[in-house]
Amino acid sequence: MLKKSKLGLALSIMLIGSAFLAACGSDKDTGKEEEGTTGSGEEETSEFTVAMVTDVGGIDDKSFNQSAWKGIQDFGEANNMERGDKGFDYLQSNDDTDYTPNLNKLVQRDFDLIFGVGFIIEEAIDEISSQRPDTNFTIIDGVVEQPNVASVLFKDQESGYLAGIAAALMTETNKVGFVGGMDIPVIERFEAGFIAGVKEINDEIEIQSEYTGAFDKAELGKATASLMYSSGVDVVFHAAGGTGNGVFAEAKERKTADPDASIWVIGVDSDQYEEGQVGDENITLTSAMKRVDNAVVDISELAKKGEFPGGETVVYGLAEEGVGLADSRGAIPEEHMKTIEEYMEKVSSGEIEVPEKP
Amino acid sequence: MIMSNRVMKLLVPAIAIILGLLVGAIVMLFSGHDPVQGYIALWDGIFGSSYSIGETIRQISPYILAGLAVAFAFRTGLFNIGVEGQLIVGWFAAAYVGMAFELPMFIHIPLALIAAAAAGAIWGLIPGILKATLRVHEVIVTIMMNYIALHVVNALIKTISGGSFKLDRIKPTASLRSEFLSELTDFSTLHYGIIIALLMVAVMWFILEKTKTGYELKSVGFNEEASRYAGMNTNKNIVLSMMISGGFAGLGGAMEALGTFGNISSMGGFTGIGFDGIAVALLGANTPLGVIFGATLFGSLKYGSNNMPNAAGIPVEIVSIVIALIIFFVASGYIIRVVLNRMGKKKEAK
Repeated sequence: MLKKSKLGLALSIMLIGSAFLAACGSDKDTGKEEEGTTGSGEEETSEFTVAMVTDVGGIDDKSFNQSAWKGIQDFGEANNMERGDKGFDYLQSNDDTDYTPNLNKLVQRDFDLIFGVGFIIEEAIDEISSQRPDTNFTIIDGVVEQPNVASVLFKDQESGYLAGIAAALMTETNKVGFVGGMDIPVIERFEAGFIAGVKEINDEIEIQSEYTGAFDKAELGKATASLMYSSGVDVVFHAAGGTGNGVFAEAKERKTADPDASIWVIGVDSDQYEEGQVGDENITLTSAMKRVDNAVVDISELAKKGEFPGGETVVYGLAEEGVGLADSRGAIPEEHMKTIEEYMEKVSSGEIEVPEKP
Repeated sequence: MIMSNRVMKLLVPAIAIILGLLVGAIVMLFSGHDPVQGYIALWDGIFGSSYSIGETIRQISPYILAGLAVAFAFRTGLFNIGVEGQLIVGWFAAAYVGMAFELPMFIHIPLALIAAAAAGAIWGLIPGILKATLRVHEVIVTIMMNYIALHVVNALIKTISGGSFKLDRIKPTASLRSEFLSELTDFSTLHYGIIIALLMVAVMWFILEKTKTGYELKSVGFNEEASRYAGMNTNKNIVLSMMISGGFAGLGGAMEALGTFGNISSMGGFTGIGFDGIAVALLGANTPLGVIFGATLFGSLKYGSNNMPNAAGIPVEIVSIVIALIIFFVASGYIIRVVLNRMGKKKEAK
């Protein structure tokens, strides 16, 4: 009797289980059918499609990836495209092993142009572009020498230079700071430009330069900024992605504790004005902008017209409106703005060449 | 009674997975996504094409080795949280040997693998010695050794490469990849590492079950004092266990160096494989075969879930919750066993 009842229970659960599995099975079949139909749908349309793969910063990193995605969305809107297989899309990479599979997934979905956002995707693009010669790729912030890959570089040193000019003009303590993410060529360009800009205005200014070794560790950014502000630094320029959020947090805390304190943060990549809001005050001096969105739109339009710059390296600088300074919204006084604008013209015209290495 | 035990053994994991899938489906429903589409995407992400099968196996290989590392130490009563660090030094050692030497393949690959295992073993040796001689708790030491590994390796990469952030690619003679596997799986990054991982499963089983050392190691794990009283050198066994554990972890790093990536780049943070290895080992009840099960579940879900945003448009965050729920229910098989027992007893009372 005992055994029977247990067996009964077990059997009934097995039944439920198998029913569920059966349901799963039939779902799978419909899935395959659907796949089949979308597959043929893709063949019918010959519309231009574009997609991107983020690096580990994620799509909402308030900087690099977000800017690239904005570019793709802008391009999509301008061309009446919709998100999905026949328009535009993105895939997020959660760790370094995801780059190759993500790029491949987009290739298999038949996108015409695929962006890899971030120097770290360089090798994955190099590998895949030779395996998939029929798809066009673009690497942002890296160089890949393949006929179906366009490489996009930014003159980060130029926006770093302007940030340096602004910092040197604004500092009252004659001490400024630089907080970098990982020690890689892109960030070195920012640092080199920043140092050159500060020295241009005043050779006496002390520059504290620190690399935190990560783009996603806000606590490290906060600790570094805290050390800098404590030692008398009053303007900190960060080029550290998510780590830089800690720099903002530290500056905001100090501003809240002492509203008269004169401390500033210079943001990076996109206009980080909103990050610096403390009540009615704002500690964001300006931001060293990197217009990844402009570059993405630019390359997409070229590709759509059939003029994709495969095998070439396209460099976006101040002159091409690829980099620049964000609106300071009055934080930088008029007279200093004039000086900055003068330097902007000099850099833009090529009169001043900013070094790439610190 | 025997019958019902056998049924239970099959029933518990089955119910666990079904429950996990159901609760995951509810989460997707509530966040406004189609769970059927979601699970189809997950299935296709794992088994959908030769490419995804290749990538899934590739993802499983380092998980097996990380799981073995944690499980092996655990059997000797040691909690090796340092698998992550041991894996990173192993990765570096394999990448360096693969890059720096010109050797025929049949020497180059084994040499790179041995270098990786040795590097991992050395990284395990230090906490082992500290535990054995000074009774410093291995959890603290191994956690700290993780950070040391991360930053030492980053510094070494910079020095050796002359200021760059990555080492050159390994020579083809050290690569675990092959044209054959690549063609078979439509250019996936599948490599022969899975064979090494499975071989190591056999090695761990052999050491634990068939050798005197293994018997002693397990004995120390069951009861250190009793083992010492029985005349075993428990200190030696602690050191040895940490070294073997570190060796497995180092080989896990070699999978990335010689297979998946083919080099090493400076890292902004941990890979996470070593930490997931703890869950893999515990899911597999710290047995060699159990680790294969745990690693397969972890690896498949981790790789396959990437297809959910791709094919079903479900946001990454929701996908993470769903996957965590499935693993949660599988891990809490014990609860299901208790509930089934209670239900059985109630009927008995009637």
